[in-house]
Amino acid sequence: MEFGIVELSRLQFAVTAMYHFLFVPLTLGLSVLVAIMETVYVMTSRPIWRQMTKFWGLLFGINFALGVATGITMEFQFGMNWSYYSHYVGDIFGAPLAMEGLMAFFLEATFVGLFFFGWDKLSKVAHLVVAWLVAIGSNFSALWILIANGWMQNPVGAEFNPMTMRMEMTDFFAVLFNEVAQAKFVHTVSAGYVTASVFVIGVSAWYLLKGRHIELARRSITVGAAFGLASAFSVVLLGDESGYSATHSQKMKLAAIEAMWETHDAPAPFNLVGIPDQEARETRYAIEIPWAMGLIGTRSLTTEIPGINDLVANAEERIRSGLVAYEALLEVRENREATDPAVTATFEEHSADLGFAFLLKRYVENPLDASEAQIVAAANDTVPTVWPLFWAFRIMVGLGFGFIATMAYFFYRASFKGMRFPRPALHLAVWMIPAPWIAAELGWFVAEYGRQPWTVDGVLPTAMSVSALSMTEVALTLAGFVLFYTVLFIVEMGLMLKYIRKGPFEDVEETEAWNAHHHARLAGRPTADAASQSDLKPAE
Amino acid sequence: MILHDLISYEVLRVIWWGLLGVLLIGFALTDGFDMGVGALLPFVGKTDVERRVAINTVGPVWEGNQVWFIVGGASIFAAWPPLYAVSFSGFYLAMFVILAALIVRPVAFKYRSKRDDPRWRSSWDWALFAGGAVPALLFGVAVGNVIQGVPFYFTDDLHTIYEGAWYMKFIGLLDPFSLLAGVVSLAMLVMHGGAWLTLKAEGAVQTRARRIGSIAALIAVGAYVLAGVWMAVGMEGYRLVGEYVTNGPSNPLHFEVERSASWLTAYADRPWIAIAPLMGIGGGLLTFLGLRAGREVSTLLVSKMAILGVISSVGLTMFPFIMPSSSDPQSSLTVWNSSSSHLTLFVMLVATVIFMPLILIYTAWVYKVLWGKVTEADVSDSSSSAY
Repeated sequence: MEFGIVELSRLQFAVTAMYHFLFVPLTLGLSVLVAIMETVYVMTSRPIWRQMTKFWGLLFGINFALGVATGITMEFQFGMNWSYYSHYVGDIFGAPLAMEGLMAFFLEATFVGLFFFGWDKLSKVAHLVVAWLVAIGSNFSALWILIANGWMQNPVGAEFNPMTMRMEMTDFFAVLFNEVAQAKFVHTVSAGYVTASVFVIGVSAWYLLKGRHIELARRSITVGAAFGLASAFSVVLLGDESGYSATHSQKMKLAAIEAMWETHDAPAPFNLVGIPDQEARETRYAIEIPWAMGLIGTRSLTTEIPGINDLVANAEERIRSGLVAYEALLEVRENREATDPAVTATFEEHSADLGFAFLLKRYVENPLDASEAQIVAAANDTVPTVWPLFWAFRIMVGLGFGFIATMAYFFYRASFKGMRFPRPALHLAVWMIPAPWIAAELGWFVAEYGRQPWTVDGVLPTAMSVSALSMTEVALTLAGFVLFYTVLFIVEMGLMLKYIRKGPFEDVEETEAWNAHHHARLAGRPTADAASQSDLKPAE
Repeated sequence: MILHDLISYEVLRVIWWGLLGVLLIGFALTDGFDMGVGALLPFVGKTDVERRVAINTVGPVWEGNQVWFIVGGASIFAAWPPLYAVSFSGFYLAMFVILAALIVRPVAFKYRSKRDDPRWRSSWDWALFAGGAVPALLFGVAVGNVIQGVPFYFTDDLHTIYEGAWYMKFIGLLDPFSLLAGVVSLAMLVMHGGAWLTLKAEGAVQTRARRIGSIAALIAVGAYVLAGVWMAVGMEGYRLVGEYVTNGPSNPLHFEVERSASWLTAYADRPWIAIAPLMGIGGGLLTFLGLRAGREVSTLLVSKMAILGVISSVGLTMFPFIMPSSSDPQSSLTVWNSSSSHLTLFVMLVATVIFMPLILIYTAWVYKVLWGKVTEADVSDSSSSAY
């Protein structure tokens, strides 16, 4: 493949987006975990829970700064590098981004300052409300971003307007309640919760291994494991939901992930592992689980899932139909004052396939000049490279099940074994810290690489979406971002490690005074079972 | 959905033109003083404690303030997609420099106080300086370019082509008029930062902020007047010609544009808009007096008035143009040819009407909680979470 402005722009987007997503999942999850910890503090008044809130809040803050900083790039990159995309779908895609700012980012960013600076300025309950507003803001942010992204995967509620040469919104609620977006949202925030849980458990496990901050670490693991277990189930289930919705919206992506070349009689088997061969269009050494694919993809035993070869044949038909639309479009534009109603009707009949005609722009300036061979080549272009998707997906899913197992184990030890954890499990928890990040990045890779060759599935090819920039410009900014982001990453990791090593600020005197006071109060009561009551809310 | 027909397309476009102004002005009024404080930082704080005082006056609020910028960008995307596409790709390298400055700023705020090493801290101080001064200057430069027209055109299928060599997307922007506009913007935000520090700081930091801020106020007013004179005597404007519809499809190629004698003919057509430049000049001069006299709350208010006047004067003078094209006037973006669809503008307006008041209420509450001066004692208290 020739490496041109399209590939360079894609590389830049991939680098900046994946870098941004190093920080996002932890922000999503840690904001909620911190708010939960502070809730326990407000309910029990135990100083240890405030110390936990402050400690994990501090790490949240270090991470949050980079999440915000790298998010700015994402917001502006569409206009900078993808200006035709911005023009072509801005009418739909821009709206959720603006809503994100109005509804979510303002909330999150306005209150995050107060979260750090407001400890002495606010009442306990008011500060707790602030913590929850930050968490809600962060999570709502994700909702709107995924509504925008979901529309790229499944462009509903919009149609092409020949007068403005762009897609325009026809039904806002269709965009809002896009099933792909909803499944992606829950899947993504759950992935964030798992990430934060693994992070909290891992760091706490390290403290336990070092024999430091035992009280704080055990409680943190307990919260992390309970929250993480629920989230790990959710992330896998909603991943499955995404797969189900992909069955009708993104058939090619699903077939590519599955390396399913031929349409199989229902219910199709699931290739557990195998070596996809793009040239020969077959998957070698496949180990199949009978029926599994049919069940996951269609939730029925009788519905067929189309294979890649059939989808390519379908794409070829749609290219031909798109060419009819393209020809009509030129005529509509030419005579916009008095268009022949027959031409308009032809255009409307075929306009859903217009994007497929644009696939030919890679080969010819005017799609109408395309040869038969070029039409066939363009149809073949609709198949993304299969093996990276096949493997990325399997590693992600494997990690997902690994999270469920780990979280279940820690939850069990925390709930039924008196918060005592064997050393090998603690070591495992420390080594597991990077795993959710790997899973999250692979998830985005599958979602976005699997959508190729489209930016908006079936509507706008990636190759057509770029700005008219020179290689020099994009290379310069790409180098700038890489350099800049690398420095920031090193600084960020340095600070994270410094503050993890330094550990939480434990006000021992305060904790002991509180405990002594608390026990004295309990001793004054008739019930002898003080130990089991020690976690209850003390009477004010 | 038929609801959106309640407000005509034409009216919605004008409303969104106004909201674009509201967001940009909101950004300048709030994040403006953050940038001003950043630009002033090396000069108002001579010791680490003094610098920390200055930083902590904006510490808890800059994050929320910056969202005005993000929402401004996203609203341009949502409500004016061609403007977003043309300006962000057209000012490509300048945008990158602004992005770099805005990326480094959050990190600098957050990370500066996390180590005691003086070299660490002074590096982040310069990052905060650049993060404030560079965007402040470049925003003005961008406006200067927009006023003169930008060399771009649309192809038949509305691809944007920016003319000229790639490096012209940065150094080409730095012509004398645009630099003058950059000076207006930088001086104005430094003035605003000075007014903010006057309110929030005391002692030496406040004294220096008042002195530098008052000088900046005079420079801002002087450069603004000079730019106005330049536009009156040495620059052509743009105007729509022929018959055109104001509620038709957003396609610049359906419109005819030619150069006019001057932008300032707008003041003959709509004399009432003169209130904007008068507010700009008057506000700037009052800020100068307020800073000299050591007034706190009222100085910040007149500084806001100056910013409101200066920014709205640009929009009101150019109306209905948003981004004219110097190389192909017909490609010029106006209120009538570069908006989103009727439905999208309506949906976005509903969201804005619901959420903007909420944002203003909770932002006001946060400022109220944080009311009062930041003192050296505040930042020296080791248990505080100050930056």
